[in-house]
Amino acid sequence: MTRRFGTLEEEKVFKDPVHRYIHVRDELIWELIGTKEFQRLRRIRQLGTTFLTFHGAEHTRFNHSLGVYEIMRRMVENMEERENWDPEERLVCLSAALLHDIGHGPFSHSFEKVFHTDHEEWTREIILGDTEIKNVLLVMGEDFPKKVADVIAKTYENKLVVSLISSQIDADRMDYLLRDAFYTGVSYGQFDMERILRVMRPKEDQAVFKHSGMHAVEDYIMSRYQMYWQVYFHPVTRSAEVILSKILHRAKHLYSNKYKFKDKPKHFYSLFSGKITLEDYLKLDESVILYYFQEWQNEDDPILKDLCERFMSRRLFKYVECDPSIQMKVWPELIELFIKIGLDPNYYLVIDSSSDLPYDFYRPGEEEERLPIHLLMPNGDLRELSRESDVVEAISGKKRTDHKLYFAKDILEDQSTFPKEKQRILSLLIAQEG
Amino acid sequence: MLQEHCKLLAVLKQTGEVVGRKKLQKLIYIAKKLEFPFFEKYQFHIYGPYSEELNLRMEEMCHLTFVEEVKEKKAGYYQYRYTLSQKGSEFLNLSNYELPNTKELLNDINDQSSKFLELVSTVLYFEDLTRNEVEEKVFTLKAKQNYTKEDVSEAYRYIEKLRSALITQ
Repeated sequence: MTRRFGTLEEEKVFKDPVHRYIHVRDELIWELIGTKEFQRLRRIRQLGTTFLTFHGAEHTRFNHSLGVYEIMRRMVENMEERENWDPEERLVCLSAALLHDIGHGPFSHSFEKVFHTDHEEWTREIILGDTEIKNVLLVMGEDFPKKVADVIAKTYENKLVVSLISSQIDADRMDYLLRDAFYTGVSYGQFDMERILRVMRPKEDQAVFKHSGMHAVEDYIMSRYQMYWQVYFHPVTRSAEVILSKILHRAKHLYSNKYKFKDKPKHFYSLFSGKITLEDYLKLDESVILYYFQEWQNEDDPILKDLCERFMSRRLFKYVECDPSIQMKVWPELIELFIKIGLDPNYYLVIDSSSDLPYDFYRPGEEEERLPIHLLMPNGDLRELSRESDVVEAISGKKRTDHKLYFAKDILEDQSTFPKEKQRILSLLIAQEG
Repeated sequence: MLQEHCKLLAVLKQTGEVVGRKKLQKLIYIAKKLEFPFFEKYQFHIYGPYSEELNLRMEEMCHLTFVEEVKEKKAGYYQYRYTLSQKGSEFLNLSNYELPNTKELLNDINDQSSKFLELVSTVLYFEDLTRNEVEEKVFTLKAKQNYTKEDVSEAYRYIEKLRSALITQ
């Protein structure tokens, strides 16, 4: 009979600033952490370019993945004796929690936008493809890798298991909110996770929360709301993301036009051509990307050179608030002026919208496709959270969207060339704010 | 600028009206799977492939008054109707954005029921699997919708029809 992983002779622990300790007692989990694909996550920051705004935000997908695993471990422990919980799912849950972000690439949000890749598809490829991770998972049974991949893809038949890793209140969100708050140094990301875990109850399709724990859940919702606007959607971070995206667009454009790079960007070739293999994808991490950004500062192409210098030296674009419905008529003139002064508006005049962001805040369902958070009432009924909580109702009813127009203010303020046109551009941009 | 927004405005222009958020979600997903240039990111949710990005983009366009959203009370739920507003039309004209030749295809999809589009998009989501595996996914993940084998066959036929129509265009 084939050997399956069991329990480690001695429990292993990782020191962690958010959860104090991360406990590993399963051989399977220990082996997964040791794979080269999982170790790669050490070289991918959790918050992409946010470190340019909050200098502490240098934490990686590695820390976060361990954190999600630890929360899941505690969730499963709390549910072990409860109705609706199948103890057979324990290792599937822990593996899925640990591996849920395994497909993320470097600065993956911008990467995915530019190259139209999807980290969730890569996650599946890594779990089911020719990798060390798959070989480790296979020890648990032939169908085990597929089970783990299905949980992460939200297509696993046990919806309760899926909801623990991916729902409006799940192990992933709880870890990243606490962790991102800790590393950015902001004070508003805190909530009582222990309390939330204690009041969590498994139901057929999702975990629900005892009504007595509603205030802890309210705090979590507030944290999510605050982090969204104060950290994830910070305008300076968005400026860095805009420049990063434009660098990638420019490099791709140059490659398509047979530009001769001084240092051949071989790591990007398959991305540029849209035929990336798993092997190539796994070679990409932030150290590789930053190496090219460093080198491209010496390129002959003035746009690539300038954008890379901006990114590396944190000379970011400035922004004005904008309302496209009011200012749309000014844009043709702006674009024409940019072309006249020799600034390509495709790279130097960019609108960034709230829908460009991969984070969201809590909204209860209204013909929505996402299950809302349910409270378990003393009489056994389920009630949607915002119907019971005034605090949640107050913020979840507010819909906020936002658009910012980013531009290279320093170039426009240099009036040694095209002073009249630049003055006009600046006045039009300032007028955008109303 | 705002090209992805313009694409959605162009969809509303071509279809005239889309009734239901679910239908809009599936309409764009199916068009995307047919290689039309939509880049909204989708994940599998309760009713099949769903894009939060698309949801938020529509919300933005409602706030910008580019899209008119009418909320109607139905038996036990709310339904939303989406049309292109005068301002949205003006914005689309200014942007000079033109969708590829999609009008007939989009209208064909738009004429189907949301429940059927949910099945079609689910089949497309799992299209790399075998037919038996797809059926298993449909019957386990969508047990509450009570789809039959014949419904799944109809979904496959419909996908084939859409793809053939594209080839002959």
